[in-house]
Amino acid sequence: MSDATSSAISPQLPPADHKTILGMSHIRFYQVLSVVTVFVAWEIAGLIPISIAFPTFTGTMRALFEMTIDGRLFFAYVETLKPLVVGVLISASFGITIGIAMGLNKTAQWFWEPIFVVLQASPVAALIPLITYAYGIGLTAKTVAVIMLAAPIIVLNTYKAVRHANPSLIDMCRSFQGTRFQEIWLVIVPNAAPVIFAGLRLGVAAGFIGVILAELLITPTGVGDLISYYRSIADYEYMYAAVFTVILFSAILVGFLETIEVNYFRPEKKKGH
Amino acid sequence: MSASVATEKPNQTTTDDIVEVRNITKFYSPDVHALSSVNLTFPRGQMTTLLGPSGCGKTTLLKIIAGLLEPTEGEVFINGTQVHGTGPERAFVFQDFALLPWATVLRNVAFGMELQKLNKRERNERALHYINEVVLSGFENKYPHELSGGMRQRVGLARALVVNSDVLLMDEPFSAVDEQNRRKFQEDLLLLLANENKTVIFVTHSIEEAVYVSDQIVILSPRPGRVHSIIRPDFSRKADPEDIRRDKNYLDTVEEIWADLRKYLD
Repeated sequence: MSDATSSAISPQLPPADHKTILGMSHIRFYQVLSVVTVFVAWEIAGLIPISIAFPTFTGTMRALFEMTIDGRLFFAYVETLKPLVVGVLISASFGITIGIAMGLNKTAQWFWEPIFVVLQASPVAALIPLITYAYGIGLTAKTVAVIMLAAPIIVLNTYKAVRHANPSLIDMCRSFQGTRFQEIWLVIVPNAAPVIFAGLRLGVAAGFIGVILAELLITPTGVGDLISYYRSIADYEYMYAAVFTVILFSAILVGFLETIEVNYFRPEKKKGH
Repeated sequence: MSASVATEKPNQTTTDDIVEVRNITKFYSPDVHALSSVNLTFPRGQMTTLLGPSGCGKTTLLKIIAGLLEPTEGEVFINGTQVHGTGPERAFVFQDFALLPWATVLRNVAFGMELQKLNKRERNERALHYINEVVLSGFENKYPHELSGGMRQRVGLARALVVNSDVLLMDEPFSAVDEQNRRKFQEDLLLLLANENKTVIFVTHSIEEAVYVSDQIVILSPRPGRVHSIIRPDFSRKADPEDIRRDKNYLDTVEEIWADLRKYLD
């Protein structure tokens, strides 16, 4: 082949946008602007106030700072994280395994699909009181609540991603005499990784809902206890601070999962932004 | 007469046929009859095109030869031995490229060798050689989404060449590439294959492409696919590509096939 074809696109892609605003790249600027806008709106709404139960942003941050310093938040999170971490780890390991099995094998699909579809469709918050009959009010009950919310999402996402694996990539692997194991591990799983990870992110977020629900409905401990306690004594700045940490923590966890995905499964997404 | 038209019956006495299919019939379901009793031989070192309108089962036949599909009836022989499933003597080039989006050009080209568990140094060395052959040097660490369609298919071609199979199976390799690049690609392919001594089985729906690249053209009739005729274009391939495309025999063969195929279009 000759030279002319390759000259159309040079190996060096053009450098990324160099525009900066206030010393930040313009992408980062708009991201910061989006967050700041929400906080300013929150502050104004708190100052009006739209409700006596709605504190200002600065008041909430003050409460957050105080709870962080005196360790209240730390101990609450230690309590909350136990069932969350255990529940999410169980949901992720079993959920991804079951999901992959369902995607590869019709029998596994027929067996597991009804369970998880029903679980996903059911109002789990209403089922949580039932968990206490079976598992009492301890760590087990809360872990079960996390699994009930997180597992169906993880399983069904994994299953769909594996089932819709690109048939031409599978043919390609077979045409080079790849084994079934190589086909699954080197083609199907990486191909499904973005959807599996989307499921994991949603699953972790749902698991968080599960643990907070359990703490509100079963036994008042951890962050759920902070929220309900400050609500009951009408100390709304502390209550909102606790809620705020839940959102923040959930966002950090989801971002962490995205980093794992890009670094270990889909390196091409690193450059694509 | 610009081309010799053979009968449907393949010449079974020729010893130098690397691939032979006997009596291939394929039903996808009881009422979807893709191929009916196809008998064909593919001479070693030559380029054979499977040509026909859509629905004539040409891709099905190619995938049966590749071992990616099981025929309902019939056998595939490679070097005189019946084969089942895929094998190292055959390499496939896919219509949609079938590149791993998460792997670099280098890893994609080396993927066949990765599956064979060759050590990393050797497979990268061989992959780099073929990346150079298809003029993609400098792109080793790019990802497929950073390449144009024509470049992606050259990655697919390099991946098939690097495993050193005798038979190259190409499923409409240029159909996702624009017309200008397609012509260039055809010329490049012939140049590249001239040094490789491969047997190529090539599926296309383009008559011009078939006549331009092939030593032997198998015309399939549609629903169910049968061998309609076999044509061996008769013009010199030594000439300049531009001269070939203006060659009288080349143009006559194209016309002749078109006259033959147009009756299936009604």
